[in-house]
Amino acid sequence: MSTISKKDVDYVAGLAQLHLSDAETNRLVEEMGTILEYIEQLNELDTSGVEPMMHALEVTNIFREDEVTPSLDRDAALAVAPLHDGEYYLVPKILDNGDGGSA
Amino acid sequence: MQYEAVIGMEVHVEINTKSKIFCGCSTNFHAPPNTNVCPICLGMPGVMPVLNREMVNKSIAAGLALNCTISRWSKMDRKNYFYPDQSKNYQISQYDLPLCLGGWLEIEVNGGPKRIGITRAHMEEDTARNVHTLGGGRSGVDFNRCGMPLLEIVTEPDIRSADEAYAYLTELKQILQYLDVSDCNMEEGSLRAEANISVRPVGTTSFGTKTEVKNVASFSGVQKAIEFEIKRQIKTLNEGGAVMQETRGWDADRGITFTQRQKESAHDYRYFPEPDLVPIVVDAAWEQGVAESLPELPQARRARFAKDYGLSAYDAQVITASQDYADYFETVARSGADPKQAANWMMGDLQALLVDAKQEIQDGLITPSHLSNMLKLIEDGTISGKIAKDVLADMFASGKQPEAIVREKGLLQISDSAALEGIVRRILADNPKQTAEFRAGKEQVLGFFVGQIMKATQGKANPKLVNDILRRELGA
Amino acid sequence: MTAWHQKTAHEIRDAVAKREVSATEITRSYLERIETVDDKVQAYTQVWRSEALAQAEAVDRKAASGQALGPLAGVPVSLKELLCTREGETTCASKILKGFKSPYDAHVVQNLKAADAVLLGKVNMDEFAMGSSTENSSIQRTCNPWNLNCVPGGSSGGSAASVASDCAALSLGSDTGGSIRQPAALCGCVGLKPTYGRVSRFGLVAFASSLDQIGPFSKDVRDAALALNVISGRDPLDATSANLPVPDYTAALTGDMKGLTVGMPIEYFTEDLNAEMRGLIQNAVEVMKAQGAKVVDISLPHSKYSVAVYYIIATAEASANLARFDGVRYGFRHPGAQTLQEMYHLTKTEGFGTEVKRRIMLGTYVLSSGYYDAYYLKAQKVRTLIKQDFDRAFEQCDVIITPTSPTAAFEFGAKTTNPLEMYLSDVYTISTNLAAIPGISVPCGLTAAGLPAGLQILGRVFEEAAILRAAHAYEQHHGLAMGKPALA
Repeated sequence: MSTISKKDVDYVAGLAQLHLSDAETNRLVEEMGTILEYIEQLNELDTSGVEPMMHALEVTNIFREDEVTPSLDRDAALAVAPLHDGEYYLVPKILDNGDGGSA
Repeated sequence: MQYEAVIGMEVHVEINTKSKIFCGCSTNFHAPPNTNVCPICLGMPGVMPVLNREMVNKSIAAGLALNCTISRWSKMDRKNYFYPDQSKNYQISQYDLPLCLGGWLEIEVNGGPKRIGITRAHMEEDTARNVHTLGGGRSGVDFNRCGMPLLEIVTEPDIRSADEAYAYLTELKQILQYLDVSDCNMEEGSLRAEANISVRPVGTTSFGTKTEVKNVASFSGVQKAIEFEIKRQIKTLNEGGAVMQETRGWDADRGITFTQRQKESAHDYRYFPEPDLVPIVVDAAWEQGVAESLPELPQARRARFAKDYGLSAYDAQVITASQDYADYFETVARSGADPKQAANWMMGDLQALLVDAKQEIQDGLITPSHLSNMLKLIEDGTISGKIAKDVLADMFASGKQPEAIVREKGLLQISDSAALEGIVRRILADNPKQTAEFRAGKEQVLGFFVGQIMKATQGKANPKLVNDILRRELGA
Repeated sequence: MTAWHQKTAHEIRDAVAKREVSATEITRSYLERIETVDDKVQAYTQVWRSEALAQAEAVDRKAASGQALGPLAGVPVSLKELLCTREGETTCASKILKGFKSPYDAHVVQNLKAADAVLLGKVNMDEFAMGSSTENSSIQRTCNPWNLNCVPGGSSGGSAASVASDCAALSLGSDTGGSIRQPAALCGCVGLKPTYGRVSRFGLVAFASSLDQIGPFSKDVRDAALALNVISGRDPLDATSANLPVPDYTAALTGDMKGLTVGMPIEYFTEDLNAEMRGLIQNAVEVMKAQGAKVVDISLPHSKYSVAVYYIIATAEASANLARFDGVRYGFRHPGAQTLQEMYHLTKTEGFGTEVKRRIMLGTYVLSSGYYDAYYLKAQKVRTLIKQDFDRAFEQCDVIITPTSPTAAFEFGAKTTNPLEMYLSDVYTISTNLAAIPGISVPCGLTAAGLPAGLQILGRVFEEAAILRAAHAYEQHHGLAMGKPALA
């Protein structure tokens, strides 16, 4: 498990939408390998029966009430966008493959 | 070979809270693009979600109505994927500990009940809307929908036909509308259904390769798409081909499904617990509080209407289609009017008027007391059923009570036998040929005379009395 | 007389409240100081001269009209580049957020403004708080005021350097694995990481959401308490912020340690700790004993796993937190992007620095299909064990002391070639974040090379008062001539 291949790095870069040069990929194979090897030491520990600490504090049920609060002015929202037409945020053409929306 | 279809449904329902799931932006569907947005639903740096309590309440209500177990302990998770309909490039959803688990919903199949298993129902945020019509090689993104509260309801692969799928969707929609958790408007996208469809030889238990049909705009579209897809898959197999796992769209104009996306490598969503939100603990008291606030659900109401008011199964189904409709009926029935008559008028003349005027029953001028009073006027012989049709139309237009209309227009039924006898004798005298025919045994001619008398009285003659006098005068 | 920029926040606040000096005069003194020394230190990435003077004038008007002044009246503060402010830019020292103007103030910034503080500007950091030396900034290189060839620590290196060089009376930074305490130690100032949930994270650009916490840098412990008073409390916009009352932390500063039991983790005081650092800590222990503290050995058996656990959890959360920087709604978009994929690829590739990409990759990997249980789930279980270590230890003691950092400040480039070695410089601070407990670093002397060292004091959750009391008592009685860095 501690070894990570170039193929793994390419796969992960794809998931993270990062474009890596060959040099970067090769360096990451090595660096991530070293770090993962270090992380391997966790396997010394028997954690069967240990509950994972999924949240930092033991707090539950924090909600907001269902009240409408003012939205951001559209001009103010769009003002910080790299590209917009005054109504919509603009992105390069989405080739809709039916995968939009919650998958 | 005989095949059977195996179908599971995934339905996304927008819950009708006032504000979004994690921020205070309005959920109003009709706002101009990017006006119901704030730093939170736009996923700006440094902001965090806070869960809307009402979303949890409404989701619990839906879960209970679908006979689910409400999780005592659940949590939100991050589902990671890049797409321009996302503001954070992860969607806050529920992965391994959804709020509602393991329920069922009953539908009618060939006159008998059938349970469709509900695997789970979980809370999540809706995504933004992408607009592809702007031109210039660009797409637009409208984040108004981003962060709308969604409940995703997933069934077991229990559905066996397009009709069952249709029945499931109809029943589900009715339940959710009764609960007032969603308006389930497919056109506005507040209910979106996807079907996972496969076929297998009858008698086998393993699953065939499934296709997923998405982006269908109506229940009947879903029904037709499933029907088509089942036939297509069987034909493919019969011709020695293989069904490909893929996502298919529905072309309503041509009535076919088509490949939208071939199966790629499986999605790797890298789910992990949302650290910005704390766990949701629904204790027995909370669950019970919601349970006690649940209204009577459609199935129970149908059964009760049939039993208490003597409605046929069909009538009960129609009358309970919407809660407002059923409430209207029940108010009329409880006021002492004849329930069957009430149902007939509601489904017949009143419905026709409403459809013409594009009105809902609760918005029209004919209130339950109008209808109830009119039915009583018919029952006590003040007006005839025929006159009542005119009274109804008048009430619909003016909102006046039926008594007032009858009085103003002089529509009181003629129940004075002396007056009617004179008219009957005159009609008989004017039509010797028909009189002779009747006496010769041609019973149908009676209808002709009734018509003539009604015409002469502008429909005000008491039909029962007319009948009696006619028979007497004709010596029948 | 001591120049105003050399004074503490509470001295300034008292003087302004008594109208011995105007906030404007204080602010000018600091702006002048920045002009004089910051071109050497390079702590500031933005100086808000006119806005700061306008805020100071507003405070003076308020004082002149006899209105009550806020608890930080006229106190000049610097802010880490990842705290959202309506003023200036919020860049996280990343190219991907260059030019980003936040439409809102972070909760803590709102609190500072309400307390009549004066915001001087923003200070440097490691990009997205990922680093221990501030070398991973896309903006500039910040130097340690004590030795300009050395790093100020990180990731809040600019915060520490600005306070240590008297260019701010207070600074706010963030701490995910030591990013307040380590640079405070390396620059010779006080740095406090509150309990997770004590301070709202609203407006703090997230690195690792379950570990991040905002805290103050100050010249003395009293100022840390004062700042904590102002920034703490429940915020409806942060579901993880604690719904607990905020005590007056300055009331805890008794000046002694009577009745306090101090625990020393046996795992930290081994042969691995260099002799000089061990000597400095030992001196501190003697001071504490003299102030009435009882000192006991405690054990944190799982502490050696904390760096491994941290680099799984922090990178996993970061990989999701940083996904939003895609060039759609704000920030940088690569101008050459023709397709959707290019927009993502080119924007991220160009916009993120090496360390950020490395951590996104690591975090994505540990969450990817088939590895979740082996890495992320395993790490969360070991995190439980680490927290339980602290729970048990705090049954035996009230506070725990450790070195803040294994070494004093190191030279630029010393650790940049080996990421793991850089990660290990946080070995004493990381478990604090994993256990969600509060920790403070307080100066405990200079090394032979004339560089500051830090003593770390840890406490039970929401018992900031205890660590502030201990740190304050130590500070009052350590008798060290710490002096000031020899900047011009």
